[in-house]
Amino acid sequence: MNVLHDNAVDGGVVIVGAGQAGGRAAETLRSEGFEGRVTLIGEEVERPYERPSLSKEMLLDTSVETIAWLHAPEFYAEQDIALKLGVSATAIDRNARSISLSDGSRLEYGVLLLATGARVRMLDVPGAAEHCHYVRSLEDSRALRAKLVAGKRVVVIGAGFIGLEVAAAATTRGCDVTVIEATDAPLGRVAPPLLRDYYRVLHSSHGVALRFDAQVVGMASDGDAVVVTTNTGETWPADIVVAGIGVIPNAELAQAAGLGCDRGILVDAFGATGDPRVLAAGDVARHHNPLLDRAILLESWQNAQNQAIALARNIASKGDAVPYSEIPWFWSDQYGINLQIYGLLEDDGEFAVRGDPTSDHWLMAQIRDGRIVFAAGINAARDLRPLRELMKLGAVVTRGDIEDQAIAMPELLRRARAPRSVA
Amino acid sequence: MNEQSDLIDVCAVSDVMPDMPVKADVDGVDVAVFQVDSDYYVTQDLCTHGPGSLAEGYVEGDEIECPFHQGKFSIVTGQPTAAPCNIPLKIWQVVVRDDRVCVVRQ
Repeated sequence: MNVLHDNAVDGGVVIVGAGQAGGRAAETLRSEGFEGRVTLIGEEVERPYERPSLSKEMLLDTSVETIAWLHAPEFYAEQDIALKLGVSATAIDRNARSISLSDGSRLEYGVLLLATGARVRMLDVPGAAEHCHYVRSLEDSRALRAKLVAGKRVVVIGAGFIGLEVAAAATTRGCDVTVIEATDAPLGRVAPPLLRDYYRVLHSSHGVALRFDAQVVGMASDGDAVVVTTNTGETWPADIVVAGIGVIPNAELAQAAGLGCDRGILVDAFGATGDPRVLAAGDVARHHNPLLDRAILLESWQNAQNQAIALARNIASKGDAVPYSEIPWFWSDQYGINLQIYGLLEDDGEFAVRGDPTSDHWLMAQIRDGRIVFAAGINAARDLRPLRELMKLGAVVTRGDIEDQAIAMPELLRRARAPRSVA
Repeated sequence: MNEQSDLIDVCAVSDVMPDMPVKADVDGVDVAVFQVDSDYYVTQDLCTHGPGSLAEGYVEGDEIECPFHQGKFSIVTGQPTAAPCNIPLKIWQVVVRDDRVCVVRQ
């Protein structure tokens, strides 16, 4: 018995948010044979697309738009997915099981999936509203890339992944780039010191000026340019100012409807809120991850895709629901250097490093109580991949296992999977 | 008909291992050569979803995972088996001859 499935068949599925998560959910409902009504509502005017290329490939090449559309425009009608774009949901009425839209209409649901994503945190200092660019939407990316002309001075505020990727793209385009970061190193608390150092060196070796421990307090026009001021009393002239200072989950709709929220919509491993008819997936969903055994919010491509697929499968299926349970995976591409990360950095544990961490090919793992909890690799996707399986298995490894280059990573996995011999 | 001229030599059987596919060339096209149990398979090397080399990918059973976005394909049929891949791979019919992996010319 699957109540979720029955509710969906009876009342239809309404998906709020036509981004990657919403798009994948709609697609999966149909590919899994769901025949009930499916409506996909999106605030942006574009049909579903994935965001990672917006801060990478899109900014690098003006001759071609590298937009990762989920599907061709005809797909939605062909799949009988009602696509309503350029309209937002303004309220959820859980008693009436309906949502109100910004065009004045109301839509009833049997099951509601909230995939409202996140919006950029905006810099709240004088001049920012007028001068600061952000990179979140296709429109943002198109606007920025037109301006990244060789010789232009670009000031990037925030040395998180978005800031660094923009800095890399702008530098590659021939811009003169400065990155201003409030903390003492790039990548905040998501990366260990070794990785933060690697990125500091990577950017400075490409000519990017890095200013740490400085907070932007304002920006103002100076002729055609903009002058950015920090709390250190320094001023930074720029032709273009871009900020990448994080995102805020769009949980307001859920919160107003009385659903539990805490920096995101709170859901269990099945994506369910406290209301069994309302699910959430993607950047907005703070979900319980059974492998990590805690609630996490993942702003990643993998989560947007795979969580949405898992939830949609559960809706489409007449059988028992399957929990969404994956090791988080994330990547970043800067200056042609590929970083991949598995898991989430913990506060404690020892680090194992394989290869030379100042080179362009190495990996590291954080081991806690004998188990890998976090792994990262620079241009090491193939070697890193078995570590994902080791993490999923909860396999016990030693620092030496990772560091000894005589032991191949697939070999480590084979050993972990081998049945124990009976002594 | 000369059967030999319809076969293209791809690589040595010893070049391929169960979890280490190898990249090779068939008439100017990059291909990936796989060994699953005692059988050999050849598919296009370029993922149909993005610029990933499948020979650099991760083999799990009879599926290959693209290193680019971890989408998957069946090594045997070339069919996509996990998002974001949804376009099948081109595959070749394999003939093993004298410890060489060969494919039938298409």
